Amino acid sequence: MTRRRIEIGVSRPILPPDPAAAYRLRWKRRRLLYRALRKRRQLATVADRTGRIRPGDILLFTCVRNEAARLPFFLDHHRALGVDHILVVDNGSTDGTSEMLANAPDVSVWRTGHSYRQSRFGMDWLTWLMIRHGHGHWCLTLDADELFIYPHWRTRPLQALTEWLGASEQPMMGTLMLDLYPEGPLGEVPYDVGTDPTVTLPLFDAGNYTIRRQEPMGNLWVQGGVRARRFFASEPRRAPTMQKVPLILWDRRYVYVNSTHAALPPRLNKIQGEGERITGALLHTKFLDQIVRKSAEELERREHFANASLYDNYYEALIDKPTLACSFSTAYRGWRHLEALGLISRGGWT
Amino acid sequence: MSLGFVMLCHEALDRAAQVARHWSERGCPIVIHVDARASAHDYDAFREALSDRDNILFCRRFRCEWGRFSLVQSAQAASEMMLKNFPDVRHVFLASGSCLPLRPVDELVCYLGAHAQTDFIESATTKDVPWTTGGLDRERFTLRFPFSWKRQRRLFDGYVRLQRRLNLRRRIPEGVTPHMGSQWWCLTRETLEAILSHPRRTEFDRYFARVWIPDESYFQSLVRLVSDRVESRSLTLSKFDFQGKPHVFYDDHLQLLRRSDCFVARKAWPRAERLYAAFLSGEHDAANRAEPHPGKIDRIFSKATERRTSGRAGLYMTGRFPRKNHDNRLTAARYVVFEGFGDLFAGFPDWVQRSAGLRAHGHLFAPERAEFAGGLPVFSGALSDNARLRDYNPEMFLTNLIWNTRGERQSFLFGPRDTPAPGRFFPRDPNADVFCVTGAWAVPLFTSKRPFTDLRAEAARLQKIENAHLADLRNPATKARVRIWTMADLVENPAEPLRTVSEEASLTVAQNPAEVPKMVDLTGFGAFLQQLRNAGMHPYLIGDFPGDPPNGTSP
Repeated sequence: MTRRRIEIGVSRPILPPDPAAAYRLRWKRRRLLYRALRKRRQLATVADRTGRIRPGDILLFTCVRNEAARLPFFLDHHRALGVDHILVVDNGSTDGTSEMLANAPDVSVWRTGHSYRQSRFGMDWLTWLMIRHGHGHWCLTLDADELFIYPHWRTRPLQALTEWLGASEQPMMGTLMLDLYPEGPLGEVPYDVGTDPTVTLPLFDAGNYTIRRQEPMGNLWVQGGVRARRFFASEPRRAPTMQKVPLILWDRRYVYVNSTHAALPPRLNKIQGEGERITGALLHTKFLDQIVRKSAEELERREHFANASLYDNYYEALIDKPTLACSFSTAYRGWRHLEALGLISRGGWT
Repeated sequence: MSLGFVMLCHEALDRAAQVARHWSERGCPIVIHVDARASAHDYDAFREALSDRDNILFCRRFRCEWGRFSLVQSAQAASEMMLKNFPDVRHVFLASGSCLPLRPVDELVCYLGAHAQTDFIESATTKDVPWTTGGLDRERFTLRFPFSWKRQRRLFDGYVRLQRRLNLRRRIPEGVTPHMGSQWWCLTRETLEAILSHPRRTEFDRYFARVWIPDESYFQSLVRLVSDRVESRSLTLSKFDFQGKPHVFYDDHLQLLRRSDCFVARKAWPRAERLYAAFLSGEHDAANRAEPHPGKIDRIFSKATERRTSGRAGLYMTGRFPRKNHDNRLTAARYVVFEGFGDLFAGFPDWVQRSAGLRAHGHLFAPERAEFAGGLPVFSGALSDNARLRDYNPEMFLTNLIWNTRGERQSFLFGPRDTPAPGRFFPRDPNADVFCVTGAWAVPLFTSKRPFTDLRAEAARLQKIENAHLADLRNPATKARVRIWTMADLVENPAEPLRTVSEEASLTVAQNPAEVPKMVDLTGFGAFLQQLRNAGMHPYLIGDFPGDPPNGTSP
């Protein structure tokens, strides 16, 4: 039997539960927008094809540095999902990343040599591009080592998902970052450019995630996975944040706060519920073979964490080529398996 | 041909044109209503695309708005046109532009031929059937709804509240019993004519013009006045999710839709190329006379709705994080907590493991590390035995463990030395079976041979912790099944509690009473307790332990 549910008489409260906090967040959002506005001068256009963006197109925003190995598969994967245009900030690559991107017909590239860390890990630059080009579009904001997947992604394009989210009055979708790792020691199996990285990185941690609610933005704080298990056991609070909100029906007044872990206004962080909301995953290909070299470089560069010295042990551990696999690692078998494990959910989208 | 389609279209007109052409080429006349909000350009292109079909007509356009009477008006206008222009139509089928024919139209015609006098329309009384969930039900018919829910939400809500407060009621036209049902119907010419040319139609229309969502009640109520052959079900497969919006069918639903044996489904995603190609190709299997049976699809979609509204019990994830005390079941499956038994019986987990169908862990929340069964350093789901990682969020360590081992019951030891947080968590969980021996923490102290001053301080600390924990276990709000014995009771008569444990934790080999766990040697324990008392630390949680251990308890 069909049923229709109409809520009557449920009006929103006149004031948010904590008006002072809401007011502070509003100013924080404005400050971040202003910051992005100032940082726009740091970007130099390499290839601007944004004139080709049509209303309703789905856009992908990313900030990269020396990702020539990952980008071919990254771009192919997201093009196949249904991304129409890709906007990239190249932060001083020296491995031909820029040239490779500049030749693709659906990619626009900007270049900057300024500090990644001082640009809020690239977010200031991307925020500016999103103000300019993202308004009114569904925007996917990812790192080059993240592959976005969602329930039914093999049979339903991204447009099907965004239309459904829109009809469900849910202007965003949450994801869990899933750290993939190899069977043997890090850096041992070489990765062939353009191939599916889940072949060299087949394993992940399935059931050791912890969640708490974080005020004042009301977002969840998910931690866990292999990095927490192996590198942050003595200081679990410092373990990386694993939830992200990478897909948002963007408005030029929105802003990401901390990478794409949380956004403002706070309602964009309401990705969870009493029941299950639709949730995707970001397959995190950080532990490809270059991780060892990149960690050594990062130990020098110190551009990835706000107080980088606290993470020296982490990078040193990575340089030692540890084996992350354990007898209870889980092999990646696709989204249905992830859903059965309770890591993602179709949340009513059957 | 005896079947005509009335199509209500508002978007994805190219798909609507494809479907209309499909039916029209198979001899079914069609009257199309296009929402007046569709752009002139789209409308012209739509008409142009179908201009070669002389059995397709376009009716007067109304501005359709969800929940308003205009939807009924468009169906009325199109139906009138159908009845007037195609006199040999015996059945009229109301469809939308996003409907997808699942079976050849010949089969539908045959089916209707076999039910020549039947009206297929879902029609349930509001009095007896909770057709809607939450919100308005009976009040759809007794209040006035002059405001748009989509555009004037505040006015809409406010006016509803005002009418409730003033106790205003509309009079339902005499003889009409409010019925509701799916918007999509298939009526006989006689019934439709009787409704459209009813002598009281002006009165009905005026009434229903202020009813809320009349497209689900106008024909559904009036059909009861004019027809006595109502088959209360829709021939259109159409599912609604918990927000009241229709489920959309995609390419991957192809097999599911095929097997449903329904005639028409709503609604298909406009870009579902495979679905449209498969069902509009005209190639079909041999004649299929089966009755529609949407049961399987019903089950799948109601499961999806349930997952969206309540989710999998005991699962905490990025998309599901119930507020505290909101979700009744805190964990995914039943598990057993043994408190004190591990201190009193040597190798207690091994005994449990041997005699039961459950996985017996040691002290999962021990200060040193999580004592997983078999001493494993990592367990199911790559849970680490590291105490710091575990204590970062001990409740979730437990919920993760139970979730990761669904299908295999878990048990673990717990005591006052352990991280205390889970002790406040599992009493609230109906999945927990707790068996508690109070005061047993004194046994490892007794056997430890540490200096007495240390022991005394430690005993006082543990007793205090356990006392607080017992208050949680005995709280009337506790949802776990709890059994508590004092250590003195247990030592006096260990058989009875052990039998209770075996039975209630459904340990499988409980039938073999010969195999009871071995109690640690308690010779001198009574004196130890007296020593504590003499030092001013009364171990009251142990119960009335005799001055000397009774014979036979220490084999």
